[in-house]
Amino acid sequence: MRLLVIEDDASVADFIVRGFREGGHTIDHADNGKDGLFLATTETYDALIVDRMLPGVDGLSITRTLRASDNNTPVLILSALGQVDDRVKGLQAGGDDYLVKPFAFSELVARIEALARRSTGKTETETTLSIADLHMDLLSREVTRNGQTIALQPRDFQLLEYLMRHQGKVVTRTMLLENVWDYHFDPQTNVIDVHISRLRAKVDKGFDQPLIHTVRGAGYKIDASG
Amino acid sequence: MRLADQLRTTTFLLTLRYMVLFFLSVTILFAFISWSATGYLEQETEAAITAEIIGLNEQFIENGSQGLARTIDRRIKTNPDGDAVYLIADANFKPLLGNLEQWPSMETDENGWVTFELVNTDSDNVSIRGRVFAPQPEFRLFIGRKINALTQLEKLFDRTLFWGLAITLALALTGGLLMSNNVLKRVSQFNSTSRRIMAGDLTQRIATTDSGDEFDELAHNLNAMMDQIESLMKNIQHISDNVAHDLRTPLTRLRNRLEDLNAEAGENENGEIDACIDDADSLLATFASLLSIARIESGSYESDLQPVNLSQATRDAYELYKALADEKAISFSCDAPGEVCVSGDKNLLFQAITNLLDNAIKYTPDNGHIEISLHQNGDIAILKVADSGSGIPADQRGQVLQRFYRLDQSRSEPGAGLGLSLVQAIAQRHGAKLELDDNAPGLIITMQLPIHNKTTQQAALADA
Repeated sequence: MRLLVIEDDASVADFIVRGFREGGHTIDHADNGKDGLFLATTETYDALIVDRMLPGVDGLSITRTLRASDNNTPVLILSALGQVDDRVKGLQAGGDDYLVKPFAFSELVARIEALARRSTGKTETETTLSIADLHMDLLSREVTRNGQTIALQPRDFQLLEYLMRHQGKVVTRTMLLENVWDYHFDPQTNVIDVHISRLRAKVDKGFDQPLIHTVRGAGYKIDASG
Repeated sequence: MRLADQLRTTTFLLTLRYMVLFFLSVTILFAFISWSATGYLEQETEAAITAEIIGLNEQFIENGSQGLARTIDRRIKTNPDGDAVYLIADANFKPLLGNLEQWPSMETDENGWVTFELVNTDSDNVSIRGRVFAPQPEFRLFIGRKINALTQLEKLFDRTLFWGLAITLALALTGGLLMSNNVLKRVSQFNSTSRRIMAGDLTQRIATTDSGDEFDELAHNLNAMMDQIESLMKNIQHISDNVAHDLRTPLTRLRNRLEDLNAEAGENENGEIDACIDDADSLLATFASLLSIARIESGSYESDLQPVNLSQATRDAYELYKALADEKAISFSCDAPGEVCVSGDKNLLFQAITNLLDNAIKYTPDNGHIEISLHQNGDIAILKVADSGSGIPADQRGQVLQRFYRLDQSRSEPGAGLGLSLVQAIAQRHGAKLELDDNAPGLIITMQLPIHNKTTQQAALADA
């Protein structure tokens, strides 16, 4: 992936840049809004990480400017705690995702990977999803594994669909709550884990190769390679 | 301002009380004036009659009964319209001479005075006061005076007293209403301002006038108090923001390092490091809850109030937590039909519902039951979560809403004691009432939220 981070806080920027480079990605850094906007419009990136409060041009203005000029590079907006964390405003400005500082690096990586993948536009036209011997027909809403039909509740179907759309990538619990249940909140218990284990019981039980994996400290992923 | 409210005000009641006192004073004063004035006139009349009797007695001694009769006759004729009344009668009370038609049927008082009323057919009745002078048994003389002036004066006093009191009553009522109106206006300013402050707007201050009266002084003092409270609140907020920034950031850094370490470490260390990451996560979650509560309570959580389909949110929360309840074989049912809408923040309201369900599932034993319901009652949406758990003793139901408060029996459970505090903060933010009751056995929590008003929403849409 080729990424751009626009962040004026040197330590946060450094931590993001180092993290992604270690993960084998190319990442550019701008420490003010003006330079950031220039880079974002002249270069091609898979995703942008933009701080909300920046000297010069702020994060929301950058996003709005990009969208106004038909640049649809996915944007993840970062916001410091203590500021008014209005996700809605960030998303209304054209942001694709929103993360409050401080954040776990695994959460940022998971979200950026989900965003960058979405931008390929491939998923829009897909009518079937597959991984190993697991197949999902998005039109008939049928799921089969090794030819056997698996009956799923609508929500379990959505959960599996989200995992399969991001196969090989880690998805965090918050991402699942936001995207599958469409609520942004902090559960007091790991209620998501129960849903995953229920889904696992239907998808993986009785098969040699487990597909749904727990990534400790981060979330889950569906992966054929284990 | 309703009239009933006004009639209950202290000012109005004080005015009324003062008015009663004033009534009594005026009545006593009038009675005294009336008594002394009429008494004086009565004495004058009596003195005149007594003097006349002395004079007539001398006449009688000098000229006998004939001479006395002549004098009387002359006196009547020289002043026919005067106030003097005379009548001479014989031993059988038969009138012989005088300007009175018949001998009055009289009852004398202890001093020999008699008062009677002369009935006139063509004009007002006439009161007469006088006494009898009887030098011989066969010669009786009644000497009297018409005392109309006196009775008229008495009537005048009565009338003046009646009207005076009536006017006093009217003036006192009007004055009382005006004064209490004035006071009520000031008091309602105090009330509306303090209500806005209680709703979370600490910048509100009570308006003062230039009069420098006691209300101004009270307003100044309350405003000064609010200044202090506001600066303290700002300090607290500042501290909590600092806590967030100063503790959450290094904690997150620690968590990120642990993750890095985990990636490099061998199988043996992974378990330990995972446990460390879990601990860091739970600390971070506690901070997040604490900060959410602080920000929601201080009103700085700037969220646009949108119509939220609370029935849908309730059903979603039920569906999300059903799996968790199934794990403990708890029978979990949901009764939230239709589309009950409230004004609010969808995510905060969902957070509140899930916190209630989290608690219910946590404290309900295996094979217990939980019920969630949402119904509309007039302008109120009633959300109920009832469980068959251990419940909360009545004396601790208020305390569990406080931050970090935990019941003794739940100390062994995971959690920081912030779940219900967050629900309480969210409820307050939405103008909702939160009630905890005994479900015998278990706990029943009721949240009453004001319904989203569709007409105002339509008006807003029309404006846009």
